[in-house]
Amino acid sequence: MNQFTISGSPHVHGSESTKKIMISVIIALLPAFLAAIYFFGWNAIRVTVLSVAVCVLAEWLIQKFLIKGPVTISDGSAVVTGMLLAFNVPSNLPWWMVVVGALVAIGIGKMSFGGLGKNPFNPALVGRVFMLVSFPTAMTTWPTTHPLFGTAVTDAITGPTPLSVLKESVKGGMSIDQILASPDMPRFVDQILGNRGGAFGEMCVIALLLGGLFLIIRKVIDWQTPVVILATVFVFTGICHLVNPEMYVNPIFHLVSGGLILGAFFMATDMATSPMTITGKIIFAVGIGVITVVIRLWGAYPEGVSFAILIMNAFTPLINKGFKPKRFGVVKQ
Amino acid sequence: MNNILIVSLLVLGVLGGVLAVILYFVAQKFKVEENPLIEEVESHLAGANCGGCGFAGCHNFAEACVKAAAEKHSLSGLYCPSSNMQEVADVLKLSVEASEPKIAVLRCNGSCENSPAKVHYEGADICAFANTLYAGKGGCSKGCLGLGDCVKKCPFDALHLDPVTGLPAVDPDKCVACGACVKACPRGLFEIRPRGKNDRRVYVCCSNTDKGAITMKSCKVGCIACQKCFKTCPFEAIEMRGNLAYIDPTKCKSCRKCVEVCPRGTIWEVNFPPRKPKVEAAESAKPINVTPESIEIKATV
Amino acid sequence: MNPLKTFPKGGVHPKENKLSANEPIINIPLPKQIIVPMGQCLGAPADCIVQKGDTVKTGQLIGTAKGFVSANVHSPATGTVAKVDTVMDHTGYYKPAVFINVEDDQWADGIDTTDELLTEIKLDSKEIIDRIKECGIVGMGGATFPTHIKLMIPEGKKAEYVIINAAECEPYLTCDNRLLLEKTQEFLMGVKIVMKAVNADKGVVGIEKNKASAIELLDKTIASNPELYAGIMVQPLKTKYPQGGEKQIIKAITGREVPSGKLPIETGCVVVNVSSSFAIYEAVQKHKPLIDRIVTVTGLSVKKPSNFKVRFGTPANLLIDEAGGLPENTTNIINGGPMMGKSVSVTDFPVIKGTSGILLMSDKEAQPRNTTNCIRCGKCMSVCPMGLEPYLLNREAKFDLFDETEKHHIMDCIECGSCEFTCPANIPLLDYIRYGKARTGAIIRSRNQK
Repeated sequence: MNQFTISGSPHVHGSESTKKIMISVIIALLPAFLAAIYFFGWNAIRVTVLSVAVCVLAEWLIQKFLIKGPVTISDGSAVVTGMLLAFNVPSNLPWWMVVVGALVAIGIGKMSFGGLGKNPFNPALVGRVFMLVSFPTAMTTWPTTHPLFGTAVTDAITGPTPLSVLKESVKGGMSIDQILASPDMPRFVDQILGNRGGAFGEMCVIALLLGGLFLIIRKVIDWQTPVVILATVFVFTGICHLVNPEMYVNPIFHLVSGGLILGAFFMATDMATSPMTITGKIIFAVGIGVITVVIRLWGAYPEGVSFAILIMNAFTPLINKGFKPKRFGVVKQ
Repeated sequence: MNNILIVSLLVLGVLGGVLAVILYFVAQKFKVEENPLIEEVESHLAGANCGGCGFAGCHNFAEACVKAAAEKHSLSGLYCPSSNMQEVADVLKLSVEASEPKIAVLRCNGSCENSPAKVHYEGADICAFANTLYAGKGGCSKGCLGLGDCVKKCPFDALHLDPVTGLPAVDPDKCVACGACVKACPRGLFEIRPRGKNDRRVYVCCSNTDKGAITMKSCKVGCIACQKCFKTCPFEAIEMRGNLAYIDPTKCKSCRKCVEVCPRGTIWEVNFPPRKPKVEAAESAKPINVTPESIEIKATV
Repeated sequence: MNPLKTFPKGGVHPKENKLSANEPIINIPLPKQIIVPMGQCLGAPADCIVQKGDTVKTGQLIGTAKGFVSANVHSPATGTVAKVDTVMDHTGYYKPAVFINVEDDQWADGIDTTDELLTEIKLDSKEIIDRIKECGIVGMGGATFPTHIKLMIPEGKKAEYVIINAAECEPYLTCDNRLLLEKTQEFLMGVKIVMKAVNADKGVVGIEKNKASAIELLDKTIASNPELYAGIMVQPLKTKYPQGGEKQIIKAITGREVPSGKLPIETGCVVVNVSSSFAIYEAVQKHKPLIDRIVTVTGLSVKKPSNFKVRFGTPANLLIDEAGGLPENTTNIINGGPMMGKSVSVTDFPVIKGTSGILLMSDKEAQPRNTTNCIRCGKCMSVCPMGLEPYLLNREAKFDLFDETEKHHIMDCIECGSCEFTCPANIPLLDYIRYGKARTGAIIRSRNQK
């Protein structure tokens, strides 16, 4: 005789699963990865594969031998963390730094809180910021691009990111027009395509937008978070630009430079560390936008997306408490 | 440089001083006068807040004790199963009646073997919820659901689910008979019973009040209300509650005659020395002499 | 056709799988023995008034309602009472029931068994409600709340709308759809009777658009005799679960929200199920008590998914055999639909007033659960039609924090299961929420008593 199953309703289940969500994110990251391979070649593959491998291995070891619980590496979340971490570093980073970063991301950023879904901060960003603070020189020395089909340039040559050029030059007393005209500054088209200095995964704006669009269509992320972040940055820097065009660069430049697009679409939308309600997500996104701009314009670092997201991650529980969904049947008095 | 040092020291010093004064006044204003006896009584309690005394926690119980001592000069009705009441009585300079040591017993033996699973359960690990869904894996509507609500609620770590039987096993060394499991079990399978003389006790290990025919279908060792024990007991310690035999611990003299006559091995004897082999050796195949002993031992391991 | 309406907040769209939508209703012959449970409705089970050896006629009263929330039980067949005992019903527990050895199908006196459509309503409002009470009619969507209580409008309230819940938003089930197609006029007369009983001038049939033929037929029937069916209109609804939730369908049709913790009558609406409406027609016009219903037997592996007209007390395995037998790979048997139905552990449970369907699910349809960590994606919250936070309630209930669950309105949960359906981590959210709801409800009740 059959042994029937007794379970509480509902007895059917939607097709969504954690694994599918993670695979969607991985697919969405692939265009940017391909662009990175195009611009940085072998190094981009090296750092990404290493970072992913260490993340997965670290999670497996911790779950198997430290927690002695079920092993869940097959859900793909460690792969996503590994990819995002790799995308945030220079392509010529020494291998051991990548390993340390990945270990910190998984070990401290994720597993110490209990694993997937329990981490208050985005693990990839925890790893990234840890590396940025520990190895400041290595983490801010960016190799110049050498497109596969362009003129070959050796790895040894390094160049600054557009944002750091901006910051240094403004400090040095140059006006914005002068800076934009300088040879260090990439052309706008190169900015969009990713032919510029910086972390190898955050550069190709087109590829990242493509991935982000895929996630929005697949309903993995809500469109509100990235759009509001970008809008906030645009409006804030726009106001600054209007007030003093000599000191502050135009808002479009801010949108396409640095890790803003990667952060807005892939890291601020991390489910575990962002608020639940749409209202909460909008507050969260505005916060990220404002903090990013404040750090970029007046802070010590040229780039501020990572810090902004981590700071707002800390506010997530508070936002969740404050912004509840609208209940059915609440009578207006 | 020195200036900065002095200024910061001054500012912080003054700030600290002002705050200290404020704190002092606040503490004075909101001071709670409490009988120091309460704290002393509480220090003699287990501190597990198990609720076995009927109060919300140990502090409330201590308050009640001090109050009762002041008003009635007696601790009657107040009993903490997990502490030495003599110590509490000494603090309050009262005498306490010696109370019998007790233990929680699970009145179900519907293990995986005795009550084989007929359905498969998939859902939240909460007995209280599973209880609303179905009768139980084996089909017994009064039996243990095996999801461990009692284990979660035991404040003394005295209950563990036995992976072999699928039932919670009471650790006799740790159990203080606080009664948390009695409250936790949605089917009321636990009972607080006296540990008995020399820790030996006899009880009916079943709670099924269904008719015999229905019980038989779901469990090999369920009470079928055949009343043999009821008729055999020389001390009238056994009563029939619905379709279930119940041994009154205050009347039971542990003669174990009921254990012998039970056709289904439902009545357990715990911690008795093994019986001498009887003439009817064939009878020794009965599970009663083996099962309870072995499970009790497992529980202590 | 009126424009589509729906409730605005939350909801999911499970695969519809209306396999038996085109299968006409088949009468199931009476079995040799029927077992009629006394507890067939929400509330107290009926008191049995027959004894072993009594002869009963079809439609004769055998159990009287006990207490306020309770309904009468009638004999579904003619025969001798074999015994009054207990039977394992769909709950998995043994409940009191009357075993009747079927001999014949002789109807009790005063029952009109003809098929003639009676359009003249002779009874007045109070008489109608008394008749409904006498005939033991309950909500036949699955909740089995006694209908006569629902129709008694409290002092100071006015029923404006009678809403007929024909959404049938549960996947698989088709019994209401078939009834609408085959008993259209009787059903509409039932709506009229309910409107007269509660003194409402508007009757709205809320029906999901996936039942296009039923919508068309209803529209046509109403248009054919506008005088008779005055005040009744058909409102197509978007196919979305839980469209058939009482609060959701009121919101969809009237735009009014039932206040939290209040009854639907606060919005001037009375919601009645399709099968109940038909039963009301039969009770009021034909004096026929509720002794049978339409049951959908379905499932992807079932050979012949069908709709059967079944007398209560018929064992379910008879229906399963009629639908082609129990498929080999069946893992779950569900009394009701897949979203809110109840799993059953045996195949021979008796059909009762709330059995809208018997769903036989294979291992493919009901995949085993592989629960992982909550990733705080918030999907449960976005699909909750009541605007609650299931992930939070789940966690609070797990740790017995019943003050918190109450504060977060766990009692508003309608247990539709949308949250659990959509959860990517496969967490049994509704299990925990139900547990929390039961415990919180008990705490609130004991506090109110003090």
